[in-house]
Amino acid sequence: MMTYFLCLVLFCVGLYAIVRKRNIIKIIIGIVICEYAVNLFLVLFAYKINGRSPLYSPDQEITTMADPLPQALALTSIVIGLATTALLVGMAIRLYEKYGTFDITKINHLKG
Amino acid sequence: MKLIPLFVILPLAAAFLISLLGKQKRFFCDIASASITFILFVISLATIFNINSQILPMIYKVGGWLPPMGLPLVVDNLTAFMLLIVNFIAFIVSLYSINYMEKFTAKLKFYTLFLLMLGGMNGVLISGDIFNLYVFFELASIASYALVAYGNKAEELEAAFKYMAMGAVGSLFILLGIAFLYSNASTLNMADLSQVLSAQGTNKAVTFVGILFILGFGIKTAIVPFHAWLADAYPAAPAPISAMLAGVVTKSLGIYSIVRIFFNIFGVNPSFLNLLMFLGALSIIVGGLLALGQTDTKRMFAYSSISQVGYIILGLGIGTPLGILGALFHLFNHSMFKSLLFLNSGAIEYATGTRNLEKLGGLREKMPVTANTSLIASMAVSGIPPFNGFFSKLLIIFACIKSNHIGYGIWAIVGSVLTISYFMKFQKNAFFGPLPKELKDAKEVPFLMQASMIILSIVCLLGGMVMLPKISNYFTEPAKTVLVQGKDYSNLIFKVLNEK
Repeated sequence: MMTYFLCLVLFCVGLYAIVRKRNIIKIIIGIVICEYAVNLFLVLFAYKINGRSPLYSPDQEITTMADPLPQALALTSIVIGLATTALLVGMAIRLYEKYGTFDITKINHLKG
Repeated sequence: MKLIPLFVILPLAAAFLISLLGKQKRFFCDIASASITFILFVISLATIFNINSQILPMIYKVGGWLPPMGLPLVVDNLTAFMLLIVNFIAFIVSLYSINYMEKFTAKLKFYTLFLLMLGGMNGVLISGDIFNLYVFFELASIASYALVAYGNKAEELEAAFKYMAMGAVGSLFILLGIAFLYSNASTLNMADLSQVLSAQGTNKAVTFVGILFILGFGIKTAIVPFHAWLADAYPAAPAPISAMLAGVVTKSLGIYSIVRIFFNIFGVNPSFLNLLMFLGALSIIVGGLLALGQTDTKRMFAYSSISQVGYIILGLGIGTPLGILGALFHLFNHSMFKSLLFLNSGAIEYATGTRNLEKLGGLREKMPVTANTSLIASMAVSGIPPFNGFFSKLLIIFACIKSNHIGYGIWAIVGSVLTISYFMKFQKNAFFGPLPKELKDAKEVPFLMQASMIILSIVCLLGGMVMLPKISNYFTEPAKTVLVQGKDYSNLIFKVLNEK
């Protein structure tokens, strides 16, 4: 139960960074932290206490094993996260070229 | 049935080939994109006729795996309806981009991203597995973030960053929701999920997942509390992409996902419907009021888009068959006239170099095709008979009154009056009045741009015919049935599977 709670805390730390921080890079880091919290959650609920790896072997009877599907989901979501992060960072570099700052309160050409 | 995977394969393959081969041949990317989208449009027409003749949904088992294990592709009537809209708009937009995108340098990258986005949207529509839906959702989203930043000017990057930060958080909520759902039901297949959840009975976890999904998909749909990105992102994107974003992306990624998940998997309950109605009515009024004060044409259309999507959400929220029919019909109409309006504003920008309504005026003589098509679109969106927007708004307002939600009906009428007022402002400032000196040498846009606008305006003009039983029995009625039958969706899917 404690691990789930810590996972939630991690997610909230990420959300806090996204909502409260003014530096674009910190916002991106916040998004990445959130992503890791979700991935961690996926792996957490797949785990079973004393579970074994989900490999088939003909000479053993498998009673407890970790659920392999959420691990595959976590893998996919890591790849998606990589694409998102790369695009965000690329955009941040371009924004810095145009505005000369990473501060979102100063990046304010758009109104309304 | 064999054609279903083509909806994803063709755009992805074309995106790959264009980025590989497009550099050598100058016209290759134009021809490839236009022909691929045309082929997709023809396939989606074939699909809609095919599915109506056999009534049951079509299922393609990827790799031969049966659904609780594999990732099936499912086409039912609602999907076929959406596929037709998406691929039709994509075809028109790719015709339009041939001339419009000449002024940008990296046309190749534009087509690659455009086709990736199309592939992602088609994937969202045909996927029968909730995680697969998420993956395609991300594919379409990431392509659309990049397309919004395409112009590479300061404002465009700012808008794209805003869009992307919000979109990324929304996607995380969806992924978290899927994780909760899987830990609760141990399956990701939509039909299977629906059966497992109904066997479990009422469940607090499902309510929580529902809230996460409304947050996540609501950001993509841009219903009012989550609309902040939209008014920046639409004006920043190139005109064809604004047309795609307003016309189909919000609908296939947002509304379709919401209705598929809530109507067919979770099953609707009154509190969810009330929430939808409230958010819809709020969007209608807030979008309309914000649109009134705008001087940038695209920004005005962007707010108008929020307001019109509000009608769709309101219609779905009423939950009666008539309301759902009106909502789906308005979804179709909105794709047509809002895409047309964004293409019009692109044409104005192409000819004059500005989108500011205060600097425009008197373009009627100079650009007759743009003026007339935009007049048709403006009348359609304001709900003036005999254009298509009138009938769908009428249906939604009737449905409100019939189900005793007279208050919401009045809100919808007020929203319609607001719509007329800002579109009158647009028409008056852009096409009537004296011609400013700077615009003396404005010319009508090239032929292909005209052609795409004319096709869309004909659809707007004749769109009301979808009300006729002969057409609606093929088009909107079966799609409505999918939503009205709700959780029977899973029974139908398993029936098809067990037959073979």
